[in-house]
This record gives sequence, structure tokens and C-alpha cells, in this order.
Amino acid sequence: MAGPYLTGVSALFPEIFLVLSALVLLMLGAFRGDRTTPLICWLAVLAVAIDILLVARLPAGRQVVLSGLFVSDAFSRFAKLLVLVASGLSIVLSMTYLKREKIAHFEFPVLMLIATTGMLMMVSANDLLSLYISIELQSLALYVLAAFDRDNLRASEAGLKYFVLGALASGMMLYGCSLIYGFGGTTNFSHLATLLQSHHAVPVGLIVGIVFLSVGLAFKVSAVPFHMWTPDVYEGAPTPVTAFFAVAPKVAAIVLFVRAMEAPFGSIGGDWQQIVVFLSIASMVLGAFAGIAQRNIKRLMAYSSISHAGFALIGLAAGTAAGIRGLLIYMAIYIVMTLGAFGVILCMRRSGVMVEEIADLAGLARRQPGLALAMVLFMFSLAGVPPLAGFFGKFYIFMAAIDAHLYTLAVVGVLSSVVGAYYYLHVVKVMYFDAPAEPLEQGVPREMTIVLALTGLFTLLFFVYPAPLVSSAQAAAAVFFH
Amino acid sequence: MLIQYLPILLFLAIAIGLAGVIVLASYVVARQNPDAEKVSSYECGFAPFGDARGQFDVRFYLVAILFIIFDLEVAFLFPWAISLGHLGMLGFWSMIAFLGVLTIGFIYEWKKGALEWE
Repeated sequence: MAGPYLTGVSALFPEIFLVLSALVLLMLGAFRGDRTTPLICWLAVLAVAIDILLVARLPAGRQVVLSGLFVSDAFSRFAKLLVLVASGLSIVLSMTYLKREKIAHFEFPVLMLIATTGMLMMVSANDLLSLYISIELQSLALYVLAAFDRDNLRASEAGLKYFVLGALASGMMLYGCSLIYGFGGTTNFSHLATLLQSHHAVPVGLIVGIVFLSVGLAFKVSAVPFHMWTPDVYEGAPTPVTAFFAVAPKVAAIVLFVRAMEAPFGSIGGDWQQIVVFLSIASMVLGAFAGIAQRNIKRLMAYSSISHAGFALIGLAAGTAAGIRGLLIYMAIYIVMTLGAFGVILCMRRSGVMVEEIADLAGLARRQPGLALAMVLFMFSLAGVPPLAGFFGKFYIFMAAIDAHLYTLAVVGVLSSVVGAYYYLHVVKVMYFDAPAEPLEQGVPREMTIVLALTGLFTLLFFVYPAPLVSSAQAAAAVFFH
Repeated sequence: MLIQYLPILLFLAIAIGLAGVIVLASYVVARQNPDAEKVSSYECGFAPFGDARGQFDVRFYLVAILFIIFDLEVAFLFPWAISLGHLGMLGFWSMIAFLGVLTIGFIYEWKKGALEWE
């Protein structure tokens, strides 16, 4: 009796494993208390590492399970690897911070694991219902993480703001889903795709539904004009949480955006393309210009992440296999260089407290040349200077835009990346040429050194051997184009 | 067609009638001796009227949230129990998995001391 529902349940093993490990770690923490937090953090990293292996071992090809709610294909596997790498590195980055800020509660890694599970399900959603449920699973854990330093006024404010605006976005998304269901008669992506291929006239209500759905998703990827929460939340949340927000949920949301547009509505691309073009241009331009005025480095990274979301959306606007490939490569490179930059930011401490102003970096090059050099790498890469990894991300994206005849988008993209380069280079200038500020604390924790070395080497040496990433992104993008 | 709704109509009539009889009887039969506390409306020990922003102990909030979880669990359990015969093993084990996750949450809140009032 259970047969037809449970066939292919092996496609869910990564998610099941991650949930079970989160529950086991929760029990471990509940019985042994907060002193086990370092152990639980490392066990969480181990769980993520094992999960990467589980994802890598998933069978090739496309598998739709749970009565069509959940799909496992090359696209979802690629995205899952990105999400897991981002989450694992974020947990590593947060360990020392948690201890120093005295918020080392064992719930932190557990919440990270639960949020990661939600993201894994997001990238595999094949139905509006599983899309919504997985986003909520992710978001609820993230709201708590944003306010994790609950005695800190700004962190609580960040958490509350994120929660209220996130609930608003969820409401919009749900409204869009109900409209799509009302006019399409199904919530399943595959069924919607077949339906729209056989129809010539698309009902207006369905288009309105798509608009609402994309508003909700644009909020989750923090694309302009739904970005307002991003700087405040990034500034207020504890720094490792900000690092996590800037990478893992971003990748998951952008990948979900692609899936929710391409899988059901790929055949009516002309109807929603202009929305994505607008989101993309607005995000790139606003991210570039608003970043200039920032003095706080976490706010700067927030605007940076807004403009990078805009660049990535160019790939979706192109709507071609090359565009989606570019988007996936872009996100892969983006998470590495962003995590690296946050690694450096997490090292910014003075007499025991975190400092977050860009001016605090002054003179870093003289006192900690290694750290400054790493920051230079990440900043140049975020700005898109060849031959660093960030340049190639932009290269694949702009190439796809040109091939899809989206010349305006490509030109605006190049121009805004020039404007954005100003504030990345400003950070470099402060570190190397400004009068030294009061020195920052010396000494980089060992696990931080490892993360910085890994991300730095990837950023520096990506151009030597880009083939594995490019070819797997190509295979992943081919899912939507038969 | 409409005759099928007759039991509901009867039920409604009896319910309204009975409620009316009880209210009237309490006027007629019971001894009336009102004072300020007796005639004010009762709401779980709180003053029934007041500023919406009045403060109350945050522990009430915690208890309410914990209560809602288990209340919802029961809301899931009833339809599940009634249709278990049709659900088969998958339905059975799905609910067991759900209860397992809920139990872990319960153990967590117990261990964290969320159930201690003091």
C-alpha cells in the first residue's frame, strides 16, 4: 500500500539525514548543556560534510518523488552542494565569535542545520506547496538566528524586522500561489508546464499570480525594490549570522527563483521576463550607488549582496541555458568570496569587542599584512577584477546577456559594476594608505585561517582550472532546456 | 434533499430552547444577591477591560505557545485516528515520525526549564 508513495525515497536521504542529525544534536545539547557547544558545532560541520557526500552520491538523472512534490535533478544537486558548502563554512566561521561574545548556546548550530534542511528542500521544490513549506522551514530558523544575541537591542530589532517583513513576503507569495492555483487548477510545476504549453492564451489571473510569487521570491533574494530589510538586518544580526544570511539563503532563494519561473512558466518566459529585468537593473544600480555612502562594513556587504543578486538575476532574465549556467557559476563564486570577506570582518576586534567601521581597518596592511592581503583578494574579486574568480562570474553572466540580446541589461551591469568597484577599492585604500587607526587585535583563530586560506586560494586560482565548476553548472542548467 | 437537514434543524431548535430555559430558570429559581465582583465578566483572572498595552507576565506567553503546539497535535491526531484504516502503514509511520519530532521538542523544553513556573 505504501509502495507508490515511498518509491525513490532515497532521493530524500540528504534532507532526512540532516534533520535527524539536527534532532540528535538538539538532544545532546539539551542534556549536556551549553558547555558542549564547541563539540556540537564541529558535529554539525561533520553532519554537513557527510551530507555533501550523500548529495554527491545521489543517482544521476531526474527523479520526482512524494507524488510530485519533490524533484531531484542535476540542478537541485548542484544547488544543494553550494548551500551545504556555504552552511558548513558559516558554522566554522561562527565558532570563535560565539565563544567571545558569550552567546555560545548549543541551539545555534542546530538552528543552522534546520535552516539548511529548509534550503535543501527549497531547491528541490516541484510544487507550490512544497515551495512554501520549505521557505517557511528555512525562514523560521533564520528569524531566530537573526535575533540570536537577544540581549543586544540591535540584534532583536534585526530579528523582529526580518520576521515582520518576511511574514509579509510569505503572505504575498501565498496569495500568488492561490491565484496560480485558481487559474491553473494545479500547484504542481510539471502539470503547470504541460498546461501552459497546450494553451495559447494565458489567463490574466495566472500572470497576476506569477507577479505576486516573484515579489515574494524577490524579497527572499533581497532584490530592489524589496531590499529594505537587508541593510538593517545585516547590520544588526551577529556577524557570523550575517555571513550565513549573505550566502546560503541567498543561493537557495535565487535557485528557487529560477526553478519557480523556469520549470512551470518557462514556456511563457516573455510574460515574466520584464519583471526580472527590472529587478535586476534596479538591484545592480541601487546596490552600487547606495553602497558608496556606507561607513559600516556590514552595511556595505549588505548593499554588495543586493547588487550581486542583481547580477545573478541577469542570468534568469536571459532565460537561456547559458544564462542559468552563468547564474549558477556566479552564485558559486559569490559565496566563496563573500565568506572570505566576512572571515576578515570577523577578525576585526579591538580590546575585546567587535568593530565594524570601515575606518577601523586603517593601517591593517602594516600590522597584519596577511589578513589585509586576503581582504584585497576578496574586494578585488567582488569588484570583478581579472584574473580573480569574481571576474569570471560576471563574464559568464554578461556573455549570456549579450547572446540573449539583452544589451541594455549588459551595459547597465558593466557600468554599475564600475560604480561598485569604487567602494570595494575604498576598503583597500583604507587598509593600505590611510593613517593607521588604533591597532586591531592580533591573532586569527586557527579554523578562521583555514577558511580564509581555502576561500582565498579558490578566488585567486579559479582561472587555472574552471572546467569542473563550469561543466557541472552547464549540466545543471540543461535541466530546463531539453 | 432539504429533508436531510431536518435533524440539524431539530438540534438547533432544542439547543436554543434548552439554553433559553436554563437562562430563564436561573432568574426565576436562584437567589439573587449581586455584588461588583459577581456581575463583572470573568476572563481567566485578568481584569476584563483595560489598556491593550497593559503588561502581563511573559511566562503566560510561553505557556500559551507551548500549549498551542500540543493543541495542534491533537487537531492532527483526531482525523488521523479516524481514518487510520485507510491510511495504511505509511500513514501510521508518518504520524509516529511527527510525534517523535514533537517529543524531541518536548524533551528540549522540559530540559530547558520552560515548564518550571519559578
